[in-house]
Amino acid sequence: MKKFVWFLSLILTFTLMLSACGVAATEAPAPTQAPATGEPFRVAVVMPSAINDLAFSQSMYDALVRVQTEMGGAGAFEIKYSENMFVVDDAAAAIRDYASQGFDLVIAHGSQYGSSLQEIAPDFPETSFAWGTTVDTFGLPNVFAYEAASQEGGFVNGVLAATLSESNILGVVGPIETGDAKLYVDGFKAGATSVKPDAQVNVNYIGSFSDVALASEAATTHVSAGADVLTGTAQMVVGAIGKAEEADVLWFGTQSNQASLAPSIVVASQVYHWEVVLNQMIAKIKAGTLGGEAFVINLANGGEVIEFNPESRVAADAQGMAQETIQGIIDGTIKIPLP
Amino acid sequence: MISDLFSFTVLVGILASGIRLATPYLYAAIGETFSQRSGVLNLGVEGQMLLGAFAAFYVTLTTENLWLGVLTAMFVGALMGLAMAYVTVNLHAEQGISGIGFFLFGLGMSDLLFQKLLGTVETVRGFPEIYIPGLSDIPGIGEIFFSQNVLVYGAYLLVPIAWFVLNKTTLGLKIRSVGENPDAADSLGVSVIRVRYFTIILGGTLSGIAGASLSIALLNVFQQNMTSGLGFIAVALVYFGAWRPVGVLGGALLFSMINSLQLWIQVLGINVKSEFAVMMPYVLTILVLVATVSRVRAPAALTKPFERES
Repeated sequence: MKKFVWFLSLILTFTLMLSACGVAATEAPAPTQAPATGEPFRVAVVMPSAINDLAFSQSMYDALVRVQTEMGGAGAFEIKYSENMFVVDDAAAAIRDYASQGFDLVIAHGSQYGSSLQEIAPDFPETSFAWGTTVDTFGLPNVFAYEAASQEGGFVNGVLAATLSESNILGVVGPIETGDAKLYVDGFKAGATSVKPDAQVNVNYIGSFSDVALASEAATTHVSAGADVLTGTAQMVVGAIGKAEEADVLWFGTQSNQASLAPSIVVASQVYHWEVVLNQMIAKIKAGTLGGEAFVINLANGGEVIEFNPESRVAADAQGMAQETIQGIIDGTIKIPLP
Repeated sequence: MISDLFSFTVLVGILASGIRLATPYLYAAIGETFSQRSGVLNLGVEGQMLLGAFAAFYVTLTTENLWLGVLTAMFVGALMGLAMAYVTVNLHAEQGISGIGFFLFGLGMSDLLFQKLLGTVETVRGFPEIYIPGLSDIPGIGEIFFSQNVLVYGAYLLVPIAWFVLNKTTLGLKIRSVGENPDAADSLGVSVIRVRYFTIILGGTLSGIAGASLSIALLNVFQQNMTSGLGFIAVALVYFGAWRPVGVLGGALLFSMINSLQLWIQVLGINVKSEFAVMMPYVLTILVLVATVSRVRAPAALTKPFERES
């Protein structure tokens, strides 16, 4: 009996851990270009999922690579990353390692890393840290904060989704009701009901960032409940997109461009261009300011871009409709009500 | 509202989802039942599933042959089983610890292969749903039972087969005797080593199919760590089902049905916090386990390495 209890708790621990985590890996992209003159600017990033998750982590990795290309390759801008760091303890160790290796900027890409960073940052006053998504710099002079106004793209997607829906039922597959995901979902709801007050937006938080099977079953459930347009946020939605494609219902993406997964049904994706805030931070660091400021990406500053899928049968219509909404959000005539 | 749950569409939806969700659990847990009945705890199921899922996905993507994908997944799972058998049966390694080792190997290896061979999330055309003329047209029943893909049918077919093999064949008798009293079985001329090799490899093979059922039948994508703890739940289901295939079926269905119920509860906007909804399957499974645990008796030789007394 004792053994049984021991064993059961072992299994439960693993299940809990696994429902969210993965394996850690550290790799650097191969330096492909000749080194530029002078010391490269060195950036390290710690992220909760994989760099190719078509969602949150990929959005940051892609942005770093774009900054690297702009700045003239690996010789001028060095990127190191640790992916799949869902276990906060591991992430904290990685953040500390990078800081002690003398990186110019260490990015903790996940709001769950905040309290670790609060402890680590004061130990490395010469190193600049950034963490997101949040607005809190802990009042530390060497911590930047960044976040995405994901409710803005959510609102645009919601307006388009409600307009394109014939059944007036929309389905949302979310991970856990918090942070970036919650902002996006709330924005989506607000957008949908702003054009069709009687539209029904069914929201399903599956309680996991990695359970692809449950996410896809959630999508099937939405379709059975009559939804003809779906959206979802976080990296486990790849399964849901597949189900949406099978059922031939439209899909709106967020965080990264998800059109490659199901070209026939993805209408548009809100894509995060973190390089907008990265460039600001790098400029500050080069000028000697290591932190103390919070940045945000939104539609107005080009950090959030609604990318349309040219292969979608409704993309042309949608693009026209979206223009007005995007403009409204940018010049402030549209206010997004959040609960 | 609560009454919405009892509409025809919703009930059919819950049952059809539950049947689908139970599929990977069934393959993995039935395989695990065989190895545990012979006295070997295999905690590497999750790793075997992940490698199986990747193998099936990759082969299907490159050859467009679904059955070749399933076969590769079975082969990869069997290889993992073979290694596990060598470590636990010949080397007498602690089964819990070595199982975790195999799980971590599968997790890391499938991730590495994914990064190197694919690099990004892609989709394949998986096993289509099979419509059985007549049966599939029955309202409700047709959608629940007779419009699933072939690997779903296979999982449910496996239950009576496993029951028959375990309880009605000489092989089953050997497996059970090796798991209860390996010394006695050995003295009667049953090769404990061979039986355990067989069950662990069989377990690995079925875990491989469990992975394939996710990556090329139910989801048609591969993502790192896509099983997210499913293999460990499968191991727990073996305890839940008291080491009997029918009990495992009951556990898998209960867990999956409640999971699909909570999906619908949220979709219908019934006022339950999502955190509580997603907890439901786990809480209920634990409650049932606690209620039934007193009558459960594990195979006597479970986790004990066999050494012939000199």
